[in-house]
Amino acid sequence: MSDSIGKVKAQKVTLKGKFELECGQSFNDIELVYETYGVLNADATNAILICHALSGNHHAAGKYENEEKPGWWDSLIGPEKAVDTNKFFVVCPNNIGGCHGSLGPNSINHDTGDYYGPDFPIITVRDWVNSQAKLSDLLGIEKWHAVMGGSLGGMQALEWSYLYPKRIKKAGIIAAAPKLSAQNIAFNEVARQAILNDPDFEGGRYLDKSKYPKQGLKLARMVGHITYLSEEAMRSKFGRELKKEKLNFGYDAEFEIESYLRYQGDVFSESFDANTYLLMTKILDYFDPASNFEGKLVSAFESIEAQLLVVSFSTDWRFAPERSKEIVNALIEAKKNVSYLEIDSPHGHDSFLFANEDYVKGLSAFLEN
Amino acid sequence: MNTIEVIKNWIDKESEVLDLGCGDGEIISILSKEWGSRVLGVEINQDDINKCIQSGLNVIHQNIDEGLGNFSDNSFDVVIMSQTIQVLREPKKALQEVTRIGNESIVTIPNFGYWTTRINLLLSGKMPVTGTLPNTWHDTDNIHLCTIKDFENLCSECGINIREKCFFNKFGKESVLAKVVPNLFATTAMYKISK
Repeated sequence: MSDSIGKVKAQKVTLKGKFELECGQSFNDIELVYETYGVLNADATNAILICHALSGNHHAAGKYENEEKPGWWDSLIGPEKAVDTNKFFVVCPNNIGGCHGSLGPNSINHDTGDYYGPDFPIITVRDWVNSQAKLSDLLGIEKWHAVMGGSLGGMQALEWSYLYPKRIKKAGIIAAAPKLSAQNIAFNEVARQAILNDPDFEGGRYLDKSKYPKQGLKLARMVGHITYLSEEAMRSKFGRELKKEKLNFGYDAEFEIESYLRYQGDVFSESFDANTYLLMTKILDYFDPASNFEGKLVSAFESIEAQLLVVSFSTDWRFAPERSKEIVNALIEAKKNVSYLEIDSPHGHDSFLFANEDYVKGLSAFLEN
Repeated sequence: MNTIEVIKNWIDKESEVLDLGCGDGEIISILSKEWGSRVLGVEINQDDINKCIQSGLNVIHQNIDEGLGNFSDNSFDVVIMSQTIQVLREPKKALQEVTRIGNESIVTIPNFGYWTTRINLLLSGKMPVTGTLPNTWHDTDNIHLCTIKDFENLCSECGINIREKCFFNKFGKESVLAKVVPNLFATTAMYKISK
């Protein structure tokens, strides 16, 4: 059995200077937190950048002192795991706009002395990739051996491949899509409305007023969580199991799935920032690399030099295999080096977090070939 | 010559090659390593896909039976379909697709007209189990076996031209017997075809 990387600590870095955003605004000096696992080799050719998804952060693997819960991709990152930390130097930053230490809506705006809150500019996947490129410079990594991620993380890996073609050898694009569908945006909108309409949201200035839109964020997460699971996974895990033996003809959580969702929503809303959640859903909605190329994904991919691996999961309906195939087909048409894996997994969109045997084998073959 | 040597004789070094049902990438890895050809495999078996990825080959996880519409017309110089057509649900459609996608195509089939197969069926009265067809009738992926004659008839029915053909004996080599009476003495037949 593969081991965990063990105890880890977050690090902090400041990207000095003016940082222009796609929306036209800019930041001076950006603080980013990140974690690293493994050792960078002498010629800095073994570095892998991990990009996190909507609710993720820099804590991808290992455990913090006094904490039992490992990082979000601990199943795949560690010694002799899919991303083998005996071989690779792995870097995972918390993206700008995050709420776990990097510059985000819950940071203090030094110009005003208040929290950014709702004034935090809308960030894009491209802004993230640009900031990650600056982080690469600071870490002395000219070219990543690989950039990879799942879901929104996969979109960043894809963006890397055409934005910085010379700085990336491989891209792992997992459970992603070339852009959101109307249905995807619709779910995001429900999540946003839940937060925006919570009376404690206070127009996004809840931190200044010592309030917190917990109910809104909880509801947003509950909706999101449903889209991460497959119907099959929900049925086999919860079915119609009741918490008590019989129906009590009321509105308390009676079915197991209800209390599960409420619990997940509670836990999440206590550790995540509502403004960050709003921002993350917007970043997803805006991602559309073909939009600068008259809707032609093939043209967007023209500059790619990396070897790409696209992975999808059979029961993922948030970003179904068909969505990954849109990426793959455009890459084939653009005559790029692409491989595609469709993994049979019951866990829906969340499958990318599980160490499924075929998935692990495919990933490590790709990273190590 | 063996099959890979014949393939190398039939195609240009610069060809972009799509191998439908590429298995562990045996053919495309030789073309890619020895010639530096741009190659792409399509395969359904997970272990084979991982072997391709391990060898640094580009491979797409796809079920050919579900269609090849994602490959545009004449998008590859050469499409190879080696020992695959007999496991497909719709061999005729596959043949048409192969010649649509490739400027040229190379198709290899196991010959059900091979003499031991015929004798096997004639004498035992049971579906033949041989070296090239090792599984029993109910346990085989080969659901659409044909003879050399059958295959050539299908090509003509589809308006597909046979540019080259080559026949191999059970050792995978060309032989005089296989050349003279292929439908009886060739275990495998390879065709270069195009629309």
